Amino acid sequence: MSDFWLHPSLLLLLGAAILPLLPRAVKKGWLLLVPIVVFARVATMPEGVFGTVEFLEWTLTFGRIDALSRVFAYIMSLMAIIGTLYGLKVDDDGQHIAAWTYVAGSLGVIFAGDLLALFLFWELMAFSSVFLIWARRTPKALGAGFRYLLVHTVSGLALLAGIVLVGMARNGDYSFTAFDVHHPDLAMWLILGGFILNAAVPPLHAWLPDAYGEGTFNGSVFLSAFTTKTAVYALARGFPGMEILIVLGVIMALYGVVYAVLENDCRRLLAYHIISQVGYMVAGVGLGTQMAINGTVAHAFAHILYKGLLFMGCGSVLFMTGQSKFTELGGLYKKMPWTFVFTMIGGLSISAFPLFSGFVSKSMIIAAGFEDHKLWVGFLLTLASVGTFLHTGLKVPYFIWFGKNNCREETWRRAADPGWNMIAAMAIASFLCIFIGVYTPFLYRMLPYPVDYDPYTSYHISETMLLLCFTGVGFFLLLKKLEPTPTISIDLDWPYRMAGRAFYWLARKPIQAIDNAWGELYRTLGLVGLMRLALVAAVFDNRVIDGIVDGVGAKVRACGARVRGLQRGSLQENLTFAFATAAALIVAYLIAF
Amino acid sequence: MNLVRLIDYLREHLKTVIRVCYGFLALLVVLDALPFVVDKHHAHTQIEKIPGFWAVFGLVGCIILIVLSKWYGKLGIMQREDYYDE
Repeated sequence: MSDFWLHPSLLLLLGAAILPLLPRAVKKGWLLLVPIVVFARVATMPEGVFGTVEFLEWTLTFGRIDALSRVFAYIMSLMAIIGTLYGLKVDDDGQHIAAWTYVAGSLGVIFAGDLLALFLFWELMAFSSVFLIWARRTPKALGAGFRYLLVHTVSGLALLAGIVLVGMARNGDYSFTAFDVHHPDLAMWLILGGFILNAAVPPLHAWLPDAYGEGTFNGSVFLSAFTTKTAVYALARGFPGMEILIVLGVIMALYGVVYAVLENDCRRLLAYHIISQVGYMVAGVGLGTQMAINGTVAHAFAHILYKGLLFMGCGSVLFMTGQSKFTELGGLYKKMPWTFVFTMIGGLSISAFPLFSGFVSKSMIIAAGFEDHKLWVGFLLTLASVGTFLHTGLKVPYFIWFGKNNCREETWRRAADPGWNMIAAMAIASFLCIFIGVYTPFLYRMLPYPVDYDPYTSYHISETMLLLCFTGVGFFLLLKKLEPTPTISIDLDWPYRMAGRAFYWLARKPIQAIDNAWGELYRTLGLVGLMRLALVAAVFDNRVIDGIVDGVGAKVRACGARVRGLQRGSLQENLTFAFATAAALIVAYLIAF
Repeated sequence: MNLVRLIDYLREHLKTVIRVCYGFLALLVVLDALPFVVDKHHAHTQIEKIPGFWAVFGLVGCIILIVLSKWYGKLGIMQREDYYDE
């Protein structure tokens, strides 16, 4: 490579690597500075192809900047500023390093011009983001993190297999362009499978609420923004016009809504609404028209902001009160009024009220469905919008800030609006949600295709207001039915959670059975002549065999406990740090040579 | 705090707030029926041209979603919180 091209991910990785070396006094400044520098770098990059590297017999492209990659990178680096500001006071370098490495992975995927570079950053995302879940340091979070990693490792393997097959079929050409969606082959299905798992398309979605509900209060803000939207980018790049995505997208949009009715944990409810909202985008990719792709990109842009805002609102409640379940909250408007206002702005944005961001983005996808003469797409996505307002705009604010006060004394005492940095992060996101909704050219100018669409027609406004306001009527009519209950909902993570348990059972019960049978043998063969021998054997069994078995068992358990302890302790930070450094070195090496 | 006082004020006058909301809902339906206010030229289907169509869609859709989801949840999907614990 002749001239040096500074990859924004490299800035983030270096920033993350330096962070733990800094004295406390300058750490906060560094946390604010690095994402701003990255954002400035992304926002001022000229279009073109940069950062091509010869590596063994492959040509890797790290910097493909065009309209599509630019707009995604723009919003993601903007969200990195807001998310880092929100978690500014978190005194845990590991989390900041994990978050930045994760964002670096996202930006790397978005700028990758070929499938090999894409895969490298794709895996970086999975392996860094899991630390945002583990950092919560609860047994539940530990389990959820392992499941998250398991699922993403499997999908990563599918993706890699697909990539290798594509490369073989194309004689070593790994460039990442739109696939021939009308003649899908095995390689394409594998790649699509890898992408749609990250987009949380049912039946490959259960990892999302499982993980995002257990992440740290600021970690889930990052999680909500990057994995699924990077997958939406990859789908929009590789599979526009793939018809099966329309069906899957509509199913997603409604699936998330149904589970949101049943959900008692506010962050899991929001996670189910990520599935629902990403459903619009997946359907938009499936429609594949210029308007639909524009709508998908616009909606991803708006979504990152309002969903981040909603997770910040509910994260503030969790951070301040230690609770995230509706059955432990209620009536908090007196204690956390500003958090309520910001969350409500997020709720109105996701519900697509006029003057809020969702109104100018979501409607593009629905309109594209109608214009493509797929009426069922338009009507079913509109039905999902009803569900969106029902939960995110009404259920979440009502049962946290109004409704029956279920707060315990301690919860009530601890509740208050959070610190300035969290308020500021929410205020910035709120401002952007409204700004996008009010001043449409800001977003529309960044879209990949020219926009011939005006959301502010009298009919569209009237349609939306009627739809949403009468949804509100339905909410208050059926308020009794929506009362939260202290339950969890079984989702498709059931098979692999239960498979683990079945394995445990298998390992325990048959061994127990053999031991019992052995003992039984002694008793039934209780002939006098054999008694002495049996006694010796029994002693041998008791002292030696059981001793060995129990000893090994105890050792394994102790080992497991120690490893588990390590994983929750400093090992995670060390690993994150080591991983970030290694990733930075690899990227630096590849770009410099 | 002013914001809290405003919310408290609205809650104290809940009856009036509800009445204003009803008025607003009625106004929305009426405006939707007036062709010189809401131009339905761009409606995608004939059924949308019925005044208040989206109001009915919103209300009925909302009720269907809640009832169907609850029915689905009671099929065994909703479980105790310690379901996965051993």
